[in-house]
Amino acid sequence: MSVELRSKDFVSLADIALHNPDLQKAVGSGTRGGYHNRAKAMFEFGDAHGENMRAQAAEAKRRALRKLPELLELAEDRLRENGWGVEWAEDAEAANRLVLDIARRHAVETVTKSKSMLSEELGVNQVMEAAGLRVVETDLGEYIIQLNKESPSHVVAPVMHMTKAEIRDVFVRELDMQPTDDAEAMVAFARKRLRQDFLSADMGISGGNFLIAETGSIGLVMNEGNGRLCTSMPRVHIALVGIEKIVETVADYATLTQVLPRSATGQPLSVYTNILSGPGRAQEVDGPERCYVILVDNGRSKIYGTDYAEALACIRCGACQNACPVYRSAGGHAYGWVYGGPIGAVLTPLLVGLENAAPLPHASSLCGSCKQVCPVDIDLPRMLLDLRHDLVQSGESASGWDVAMKLWAVGMTSPTRFALGGRAARAGQALLGDYMPGPLGNWSEERDFPAFAPKPFRQLWKEREKGSGT
Amino acid sequence: MALPARESPKGKVVSLFVTCIVDMVYPDTGMSVVDILEHVGARVVFPPAQTCCGQPAFNSGYRDEARTVARHFFHAFQDAEVIVTPSGSCATMLRHEYPSLFAPEDGDLYKQAQRIAEITWEFSEYLVEGLGLVNLDLALPAPQRFAMHDACHGLRGLGLGGAARDLLAQLGNAELCELNECEVCCGFGGLFSIKMPALSNAMLRNKIDNIKSSPAETIVTGDVSCLTQMNGGLSRSKSSKRVLHLADVLAKGLPR
Repeated sequence: MSVELRSKDFVSLADIALHNPDLQKAVGSGTRGGYHNRAKAMFEFGDAHGENMRAQAAEAKRRALRKLPELLELAEDRLRENGWGVEWAEDAEAANRLVLDIARRHAVETVTKSKSMLSEELGVNQVMEAAGLRVVETDLGEYIIQLNKESPSHVVAPVMHMTKAEIRDVFVRELDMQPTDDAEAMVAFARKRLRQDFLSADMGISGGNFLIAETGSIGLVMNEGNGRLCTSMPRVHIALVGIEKIVETVADYATLTQVLPRSATGQPLSVYTNILSGPGRAQEVDGPERCYVILVDNGRSKIYGTDYAEALACIRCGACQNACPVYRSAGGHAYGWVYGGPIGAVLTPLLVGLENAAPLPHASSLCGSCKQVCPVDIDLPRMLLDLRHDLVQSGESASGWDVAMKLWAVGMTSPTRFALGGRAARAGQALLGDYMPGPLGNWSEERDFPAFAPKPFRQLWKEREKGSGT
Repeated sequence: MALPARESPKGKVVSLFVTCIVDMVYPDTGMSVVDILEHVGARVVFPPAQTCCGQPAFNSGYRDEARTVARHFFHAFQDAEVIVTPSGSCATMLRHEYPSLFAPEDGDLYKQAQRIAEITWEFSEYLVEGLGLVNLDLALPAPQRFAMHDACHGLRGLGLGGAARDLLAQLGNAELCELNECEVCCGFGGLFSIKMPALSNAMLRNKIDNIKSSPAETIVTGDVSCLTQMNGGLSRSKSSKRVLHLADVLAKGLPR
C-alpha cells in the first residue's frame, strides 16, 4: 500500500490545516526560512551569477531529457560495468517485487533507508514490513515521520508541518525519551538510537538525486551522513531511481549540485556530495558486497510524450513549496498524495490521473513565485493553466462553470451587453446589499465587496468628450 | 516564453484599455489614468467597443471562450497604435497569453494576437520604459507615506516593480516605506478567490497583517483586482489603511 490518494479532498484537507495553529506556525516559518535562505545562497555572487547557475542547470536537465532513451541505455551499460545489478520496474508493484526478491536472495532481515520521495510513491516500506522485514528510516525527519506513522509533507523537510514540541512528544511516546525541549539533545538521542540500526542492517535502500550516465554512478547529496551509512555499511545496497533522474555527465552533476542545495536549504553545497559507483572492490576494506539500481517508470514515460515533459526536469529541491503562498497555508498533506505544493499540483494529476486529482490544478493563485524560484526553470504556472484546460476538455470541470463561462463570453463580445451586465450587477447589488448569491457568497465571508460605480467609465468618458466638444 | 519586442510608443496615440473592473467599479481610477497620460502629453482615445481581455476564462481553462473574447478585443482595438492598460494582470494576458491562444495556422487571428502583444503597455511601464519619464513634475498637497504591493502578474509576468517605485520616488511629498513580503500574492488569483475562499482568505490575512505593521498609511499597487481583495480585507478588519492604484496616487499630485 502506498500513500493513500486523497487529492480529490484538497479543499477539505486544506481546511483542516488552516484550523491547526501548530501546523500554521511550523509551515509558515519553515517555508519562509527556506525561501529567504535560498535567495541568499542563490545570489551570493550577484543576480546575474545566480540566474546563470539556474540557466545552466535547466539546460543540463533538458538536454538529459531530450536524450533520455539513449542515456538510459548508456547508463545501464556503464552501471553493469561498475558491478551494479540493473533492474527495470514499470510500476510500483514491479519495483516493490524486485526489492523483496533482492532482500530474500540475500537473507536480509533489517533494512536501513535514506530519504527517497520515490519510495513514498512506491509504498515500499509497507510492502517490506508486510513481508516481515524490519525497516528503519534514517534521515532524521523521515525517522520522526515513520515513528509518527505519517507521510512526509515536504520533499526536503519531511516534518515541515510539525513543531519541536510535537516532535518531542513523538520521541517520548514511541521511544521513551526523557522529555526535553533541547533540540540538540533530541538529535543526539535519535542519533544514538539510529547508530544501532546502522550497525545491524543487512541492506540499505537509498534514492538517487541523479543517475550519471557516462560513469554509471549514482549522485547522492545529503546533510546528515545517514545516506553514506545506508549505502556503504550493509552487505547489500539498493538505489531506487526514477528514470527522469538521469544526467549525461559528471560535469552536469557538478552543475546541478550548485543549485540543488542552494535551492533546497540555502547551502552552497550539501555536507555530503557523493558519487556511488558500485560494490566495494576487492582491494577495498569497506563498501557493500552487492549493489542494485532499480530504474522506476511508474507513470513517467507516459508524461515524457506530452507537453508536460518539462515537469520531469524537477530535482525535488522544494523551493517551489517554500515560495508558494498556497502551500504556506495548506501544508503538504492537503495535496493528498506524495508531492505537495506547485510541483505536486502538476505531478500528481499527471501520475495518478487528472480525474483523481481534479482540484489540484486550481490550488494556485497563479502568482508565479514557483517558476521564479525553480532551479531548473520549470514553467509550473503554464502547466497549471494547461491542466485546467484539460479539465474543461475532459468534462471534469463543474458543469455550473461551463454554463457561466459560456454566458460570460456572450456578455463580453458586445459593448451593449457588457454595459447592460454592468447595470444589472449594480441593480442587483442595490437590491441584495451585502448578500452575494451562489459561489460569489464565498467572497464576502471575510471580505467586503466594493460597490459598482453609479456611472461606468465609458459613460464618464462620453460625458467628458461631450463637455470638451462644447 | 519571451515577451514580444515593442517599438517605442513615443508620439503615438494611446488607445486606453481601461479593463472591465475599472470600467464598472473604479471609473475614477480610469479617469486618473487619462489625466496622467494627458499630463505627460499623450493623446488618449477610448475605443468604445472594448469589454474584457478574456482572462477569467483563460485562467480557468476555458480557452474557446477566451478566444471568443480575444477576437472581440481584436475588433475593438483594430485601429490602435499603442494600447495602455492600468493592470499588470490584463497586460500579461495581452502580452503573454494572446499569442499562445492562437497558432500560426489561424492566419490573420494569429497575426492580430501578435500585433496586440507588440503594442501593449502596462501604465507604469508605458511612462517609465516607453516614454523614458520618471519625474512627472507632480507633488502631493501634503506629506504622505506609501509602500508598494507588487501585484504578481506585473512583477513576475512582465518584470515590473521598479517603474512604479521610480514614479513614487519622484512624486513630491511622497515618502516610500517598506512593506514586508511586498512580493507575496494577496490571495486574489481571480476565480481562485471564489473557488478556494478559505485559502484565499488565509493569504489575505497574512497580507493584511503585513500592511498593518507597515509604517505606510497607503499601499500602492498596479492592479485593481488585488486592490479589491486587499481593501475588502482591510475594511472588514476595521483598518483605516487603504490600497490605492498608482494612477490615483499620482493624480493627487496634479496641479490644481
